[in-house]
Amino acid sequence: MPLAGLVLLIGLPPVASVLGETFYIGLFSRVLIYALAAVSLDLILGFGGMVSFGHAAFFGAGAYVVGILAFHGMEESAFISWPFVLMGTDNALISWPLAILTSAGLALLIGAISLRTSGVYFIMITLAFAQMIYFFFTSLEKYGGDDGLSLFARSRIGGLDLNNDATFYYLCLGLLIGFILLSYRLVNSRFGMVIRGSRENETRMGSLGFPTYRYKLVCFVIAGAGAGLSGALIANQTEFVSPSLMHWTVSGEILVMVILGGVGTLLGPVFGAAALLLLEEFLSLYTEHWMLVLGPILIFVILFARRGLYGSIVERIAQNG
Amino acid sequence: MYFLLFCQQFLNGLQFGVMLFLMASGLTLVFGIMNLINLAHGSLFMVGAYLCATVFQKTGSFLLGLLVALPGAALVGIVVEAVALRKLYTRDHLDQVLATFGLILFFNELTKIVWGPRALFLDVPEALSGTIEIIPGAPYPAFRLAIIAVGIIVAIFLYLMITRTRLGMLIRASATNREIIGALGVNVKLLYTLVFGLGALLAGLAGAMAGPLVSVEVGMGEDILILTFVVIVIGGIGSIRGALVGAILVGLIDTLGRAFLPSFFKLFIDPATADGVGASLASMAIYILMTIILAWRPRGLLPAHG
Repeated sequence: MPLAGLVLLIGLPPVASVLGETFYIGLFSRVLIYALAAVSLDLILGFGGMVSFGHAAFFGAGAYVVGILAFHGMEESAFISWPFVLMGTDNALISWPLAILTSAGLALLIGAISLRTSGVYFIMITLAFAQMIYFFFTSLEKYGGDDGLSLFARSRIGGLDLNNDATFYYLCLGLLIGFILLSYRLVNSRFGMVIRGSRENETRMGSLGFPTYRYKLVCFVIAGAGAGLSGALIANQTEFVSPSLMHWTVSGEILVMVILGGVGTLLGPVFGAAALLLLEEFLSLYTEHWMLVLGPILIFVILFARRGLYGSIVERIAQNG
Repeated sequence: MYFLLFCQQFLNGLQFGVMLFLMASGLTLVFGIMNLINLAHGSLFMVGAYLCATVFQKTGSFLLGLLVALPGAALVGIVVEAVALRKLYTRDHLDQVLATFGLILFFNELTKIVWGPRALFLDVPEALSGTIEIIPGAPYPAFRLAIIAVGIIVAIFLYLMITRTRLGMLIRASATNREIIGALGVNVKLLYTLVFGLGALLAGLAGAMAGPLVSVEVGMGEDILILTFVVIVIGGIGSIRGALVGAILVGLIDTLGRAFLPSFFKLFIDPATADGVGASLASMAIYILMTIILAWRPRGLLPAHG
């Protein structure tokens, strides 16, 4: 099943080019990028039991790092001039790792405070932090404020031409697969066992001698870093960054992708991202009021199909075989 | 002069706080009793605003608008509770957040279909369009004063209802232990629907009164929804007293911050930067407040029980 999906994804760009429907390459790049964000959220949500309602903050921060560095690269001015000089750049090998680091740092800060709370309070405090960051970026007049910032071109990365949609698509696919493999190793390692253990019973894990707070914080930071990478990619895909990337409804949408696909699985969020974005695209062909349909579908899935798309498929296969 | 300006902004903050309290009291009751996070509470605010605005524009009577908006919002709330939310009471918070997120999408789109994408702008009702000098030298809009008065009346009404009536007793009891209350023969289902309807009515009231102050548009419920969550988290989830304290605190800090932080920073740095820094800090202020309070008291200022 996952293999068939992979073959489909690899085969998509040439097929779309032959059929003259290159629009789909862009659409599926978006699917892959949001899938990366959703997988990173599922690390803390599905495996760590931490319901974060502020994941868009890391997503948007990553995008802004790429956007702002590109802006200074155009102006040939320095982004930071003290204590060290950081010139603006459109080199992906500099700006993307910085996007990941920035989001990870932000996650460290937010996680360190938020993880002191739990339950509803955790949901709300992550939401509050994301709002804070949202308003911070809306007030950055220099970088467009509310209106956001257009990129002159996509990032440069060695010999690859990212302005070619197919090349960019394969890069997104590669990074997504890389992140899923990394996450797979992670959740099945000793570290992952501790994280999953504290989802089930944190007190017990604590009694066994595991400093659960630290484990959860590290997991939160890794998830933030993943979202930062997907943010760097979305900035390149749309060649535009704005605060709307970190609006709270985006956090909601990423959550929806995870749940729709199947929480606590690594491939589920990919299915969820594809389902949500394709459904949006498909419904909007027929009616501009597609949200009127999407809302009830969402409620229906949550009420009646709790395992999500991928979860249901896996279950079906397990029953038949 | 500066003092009078401060008084005016203080009253503005109070009025905003009252608005937040009307929203927060319903949301915190629903959470405290049914253990339900309802993101669609903001949609009820929007429904109230649209109903009142439409009737007000058609008939010219704001009072008539209120008379339609309040039962209208309560009815929508009761229907939503019976159709969708009732099944969510026993689910975890994540499911509730997502399902009610779906409701928001639905309501926003439905509103867009019924009323169109353009915002409605309302005048302040004639009878309250003047100003009153409650502080000598500082005329203050009568409509905003009326909102503050309504808020005080609602707060007293809720206090008396919760502490002095049989309904209030049942509400308190079911917040403590719903199984026992059900076993004692109380119709818990009906009680929940009533509480939800009451919350919806208060949200509708807030929306209706907000109409002449802000533009009535799709999505207007979401901004105030997030602030309302900040309020109930600061106050302690499930606590009406907490909601009141939190609402006034958030209303004042937000309004005073927006009014005075930019000029405060001008004392130290150049005006252009000060405007930017002040404005961004002002919009972040309440979230910073919430973070500090949660780090200090993880269950809010006045937790409901335990």
